[in-house]
Amino acid sequence: MSNTDLEIVVEDPTAPDDASPSVVSRRTVEIVVSLLLLALAAVLAYDNWQTGIEWDSTGPQPGYFPFYLSVILGGASLYGMVTALLSNDARTETFVTRAQLRRVMLVFVPTALFCLATQFLGIYVASFVLISGFMRLVGKIAWWKSLVTAVVFTAIMFITFDVAFDVIMPKGPLERALGR
Amino acid sequence: MEAFGLLMHGFAVLFTWKILALMLFGLVLGIFVGVLPGLGGPNGVAILLPLTFSMDPTSAIVMLSCIYWGALFGGAITSILFNIPGEAWSVATTFDGYPMAQQGRAAEALTAAFTSSFIGSLVAVMLITFLAPMISTFALKFGPPEFFAVYLLTFCSFVGLGREAKHRTVISMALGLLIAGIGMDTVSGNLRMTFGSPDLLRGINFLVAVIGLFGISEILLTMEERLALRGHAAKISLRVIWQVWTDLPRYWATLLRSSVIGCWLGITPGGAIAASFMGYNLAKRFSKDPESFGKGRIEGVFAPETAAHASGTAALLPMLALGIPGSGTAAILLGGLMVWGLNPGPLLFVEHKDFVWGLIASMYLGNVVGLVLVLSTVPIFASILRVPFAAVAPMIVVSCAIGAYAIQNAMFDIWLMLGFGVVGYVFKKIGIPLAPFTLALVLGSRAEDAFRLAMIGSGGSVGVFWSNGLVGTITTLAITLLFWPVIDRVFSSVGRMLRPASAAG
Repeated sequence: MSNTDLEIVVEDPTAPDDASPSVVSRRTVEIVVSLLLLALAAVLAYDNWQTGIEWDSTGPQPGYFPFYLSVILGGASLYGMVTALLSNDARTETFVTRAQLRRVMLVFVPTALFCLATQFLGIYVASFVLISGFMRLVGKIAWWKSLVTAVVFTAIMFITFDVAFDVIMPKGPLERALGR
Repeated sequence: MEAFGLLMHGFAVLFTWKILALMLFGLVLGIFVGVLPGLGGPNGVAILLPLTFSMDPTSAIVMLSCIYWGALFGGAITSILFNIPGEAWSVATTFDGYPMAQQGRAAEALTAAFTSSFIGSLVAVMLITFLAPMISTFALKFGPPEFFAVYLLTFCSFVGLGREAKHRTVISMALGLLIAGIGMDTVSGNLRMTFGSPDLLRGINFLVAVIGLFGISEILLTMEERLALRGHAAKISLRVIWQVWTDLPRYWATLLRSSVIGCWLGITPGGAIAASFMGYNLAKRFSKDPESFGKGRIEGVFAPETAAHASGTAALLPMLALGIPGSGTAAILLGGLMVWGLNPGPLLFVEHKDFVWGLIASMYLGNVVGLVLVLSTVPIFASILRVPFAAVAPMIVVSCAIGAYAIQNAMFDIWLMLGFGVVGYVFKKIGIPLAPFTLALVLGSRAEDAFRLAMIGSGGSVGVFWSNGLVGTITTLAITLLFWPVIDRVFSSVGRMLRPASAAG
């Protein structure tokens, strides 16, 4: 196997360590998800029961289908929970390691903050902050590169959606100040 | 040859500068999306869908379907050069494609992959051209009971034939159907499962869920992996292309076999992933020299790529003819049809001839242009992988948010997208399949409407689903498929009891 024409190499210095300890086992997550789905099924079944689950002369009432779907969902979740409790494989299987969770949170937290910022600052300002901040703080890319990328990307988005295609986007104080 | 005349009409619709430019733009975006880690066909189409909201339906579908072809082509680049399957259906391509690249035959492998993708799609498009109008003419006679029976068949075949644990498929599907039911009930006008929230009144939009489930969750999953990569660079010369193409006729049996497998699995909701593995395994079994597979055999690239593309394309056949998507991406395109104000189903062929035949013609043209484009631009696209993920990830997040907001202009939808992102991440990690969820979301209310209209028509009697030969056959088939695993087990144990000697041997 020759490696002479190996030309494209990208390193990932902050890659999660394979030996990182497990945070939670797959079995625990399966049980928690099953419980949540079971609770959801119960709430939805109750709501639909109130809407009406009878079968009248013109076929089922509005709540009929969703009610029985909730029952099916609940039954399948219960079955999933029992199999998870009885299974030994899932007990040892890792759902996520600490290093992996850290990396996932590195994306998830900024994404959630971005959604919050969009609500108050408008999507364009929020995107600029997200892209430049993420590239600089998480990706450790030079400030000027991060800022230029963020400005260019946000500008392209603004021109495409606001100017060219007239798609309405959430806007904030900056856009109002500029009169757009 | 009515279909041929209409196809020519479709080409006439297509040949305007605007549509050709959109086509090229879509292909480039699609290849881009296919090459980037953490994005793929369904995500790309879902995220870029909002771009098309202000276009006319024909331009919109041409661009979106070209994104899809592009993504299919792009997946092959990373699997051969980097041993990273960009898509699950490219996994089988890496078996022989990457060894070929290691031996310095990357250009040959890429040409083989692109050419066989092209052949696979072409066979499937021809099937669509001649079969779809026939099916839709037939389906025009369908009433609500027949439609409900077909929907039931789709749902049941997912549960009965899927490879995941049955209870997981059932959870995924029931949840999708329930979420589809949130909001105003279209038959009676009652509100359901809204809990007094004004945001839930509109219901949960299918596309918002898809963007979260596929876009956001995929980024979270990608971050978990080691993103380092090393791969081969390749430039495809005309000499290599000529060499591979002159060799092509020798592999006609492999190509034909994979095309048939792909078309079949694409129409039934089995999907491109199963098709690519099946194509590969059958090519290996029928080969005179199965040992050489996995060590850089060109047939090992032809077989899975042809099958994957044939099935990816054939998945559009039931969507066009019946309004039932055969794959996740087809489901998203179907969601797009509704946004553009078209009603998916057999009437499409009667009411929107320009649209349907424009789309079919664009499948032919898109694949030809796509083939030329990828063959000439591989080095550029391979180098996209040099762009650090820290720059790509936030841009994808922004695109997802724009997409989710644009559908209904609601801030609530951005939060919903975030929520679905977490759900998608957890579901994928504990093995709950997302395809049945997507399918249930997009078909849920249509299936329920069909059922209740059938009930109103029959005065509340379930017997309507066995009232004539056609609907009775479909309904019975659906129920058989639902219990297929049980039936299969009974049959094989009966078979064992009858032939104890041969079972032992």
